[in-house]
Amino acid sequence: MTSYIIRRLLLIIPTVFLALSFLFFLFFLLPGDPASLLAGGENRVVDPGVVERINDRYGLDDPILVQFKDYWARTVQWDLGESFLNRRSVNDILGEKAVNSLRLGIWAIIIEIIVGISVGILSAIRRYSIGDRLTTILTAAASAVPVFVLGFVLQYLFAVQPNKQGWPDWARLRTSGLGPDTWTLFFIPTGEQWRYLILPAVTLACVSTALAARMTRGSMLEVLRADYMRTAKAKGLSERSVVVKHGLRNAMLPVVTLIGIDFGTVIGAAILTETTFSWPGLGSEIANAVSARDLPVLLGLTLAVVIAYALINLVVDVSYAFFDPRIRLGKGGQS
Amino acid sequence: MTIVDPGAAAAAPPAATGGDAPTTDDLGEARPLRADVWRRFRRNKLAMVGLVFILLLLLAAIFAPLITPYDITDRTQSFRAPPSSEHWFGTDAIGRDVYSRVIFGARVSLRIGILATVLSLLIGVSLGAIAGFFSGWSDTVISRIIDVFLAIPYIVLAVAIATVFGKSENSVILVLGLTGWLAMARIVRSSFLSLKNLEYVEAAHALGFSRARIMFRHILPNALQPIIVYGTIAVGSAILAEAALSYLSVGPQDPTPAWGLMVSQGKGLLSNAPHLLFFPGAAIFLTVLAFVFVGDGLRDALDPKLK
Repeated sequence: MTSYIIRRLLLIIPTVFLALSFLFFLFFLLPGDPASLLAGGENRVVDPGVVERINDRYGLDDPILVQFKDYWARTVQWDLGESFLNRRSVNDILGEKAVNSLRLGIWAIIIEIIVGISVGILSAIRRYSIGDRLTTILTAAASAVPVFVLGFVLQYLFAVQPNKQGWPDWARLRTSGLGPDTWTLFFIPTGEQWRYLILPAVTLACVSTALAARMTRGSMLEVLRADYMRTAKAKGLSERSVVVKHGLRNAMLPVVTLIGIDFGTVIGAAILTETTFSWPGLGSEIANAVSARDLPVLLGLTLAVVIAYALINLVVDVSYAFFDPRIRLGKGGQS
Repeated sequence: MTIVDPGAAAAAPPAATGGDAPTTDDLGEARPLRADVWRRFRRNKLAMVGLVFILLLLLAAIFAPLITPYDITDRTQSFRAPPSSEHWFGTDAIGRDVYSRVIFGARVSLRIGILATVLSLLIGVSLGAIAGFFSGWSDTVISRIIDVFLAIPYIVLAVAIATVFGKSENSVILVLGLTGWLAMARIVRSSFLSLKNLEYVEAAHALGFSRARIMFRHILPNALQPIIVYGTIAVGSAILAEAALSYLSVGPQDPTPAWGLMVSQGKGLLSNAPHLLFFPGAAIFLTVLAFVFVGDGLRDALDPKLK
């Protein structure tokens, strides 16, 4: 087990290296000159002396391979450089934004697990009931609705309308920004904060929750048909303990995989959600960095995201062994 | 692992025991396969609704100039007007008719969705087939490339490439085609891995057929089902991704009536003119949903065992 984990950790390194190198070279093809951007914007006339000094300072005139070498020499020491736009250290930006994204992400995953799994179980147990049919249609709908459109619909229903109708103040949710930034235990919103958190968290959770519900339902239906379930019922266990003890544990394996794989989707959705709700997290920062061609910020934040993604996939693989002791990690069959 | 689809539950008759008992006409033999698939597909109400919607949308896209009262760049004197009998979906911030723009937007979305999917199918199927058929180093190289690209979150990758290629319809097609093939390649690879050891392939080898002929004439037709199902859903996903790129303003630019762009342009006007977001948003949603329903219906129709 330990050697399996170490081998997987080592495999992450070339993947991250290649992915980031690809982005590095991709961004050198970008139209636009970073130095003149730094000196004050693309469309302004800039003193050539200033451009030269900037090129000098950031090594932007060096051959691309030299820049590439410098980039990795810095990056392996976890020095992510400084923003072309405002000269802030990318390490600082990462620290600040990652915290906000993490808070949003934690709530989205809590919603995904609680709502997704319980809806999936209920609709599998009551197969073909009205609720089940509604679930299957709603989950398909959730996978088809663009994240930002869902965000705007929620904003309209829970913020714009309450304001127009003059609902009591507590019922008016906020649609923009982080809010007062007051948290208990790092992630529990306190005071006014929850009114800022709830809409982006629900929006971010929506697609994944639907996937989790669909997956749980399918997986649960398969498990419910298994022989050991009949045995468990035959020996007189209550419906509840049959479902929870025998069914759930076996049905969870594909769902855990999904929640892991889905992390990439969550990041994609986070870019759209954070942009829609002006939530100051990694996603909106990445979107800004792309449109401003702020290469160091983009590469730095993407590096963090790619590493986090790889680690989460590793955790998911290891958690298979927890949910299904029949799986022996690292011995045979593992590709 | 069964992925249960929404169509199955709605269309299948309630059965106390779970699995559907085969009816007599499921056992019919001498019917051509295609008619069989169509018969099963037709029974799925949601899939049929999806199919009809897609056909209507195609007609609307083709005949857009005939069914729209205004041109996409025509400006009237009423700004942000709510829906009325004159402007069915209202007018936008500079007085253009939203209904006409949404209908013309179907052209943009369908063209991008279909062409991007064709491109990613071409890349994904050929690379997946090569990886699965030859195994060895070509498999290692292709699988590693897929791993590396999957390590970058999809939207980040698409947005990054889109910024390089410029902001136009054609570059969005290229971006989505170049990023969308990864999952397809994996599916085709695993089909080829399991099919290439079957006896009929061995027989084809023994007959001295070329490897290309075996791959594309003998194995590929048997690997077609997941490709068709995934390809259908992929058109929807490509439309969704196009909307996201347009929303993040790395897609087609202003006079183009891209639905995502229209939503993005209306975003500051949510409280004053919600119709600017509602109609293009609903168009994206319904179109993608239709492709999801048809894809699910196709999966059930092609492989009734999955139910």
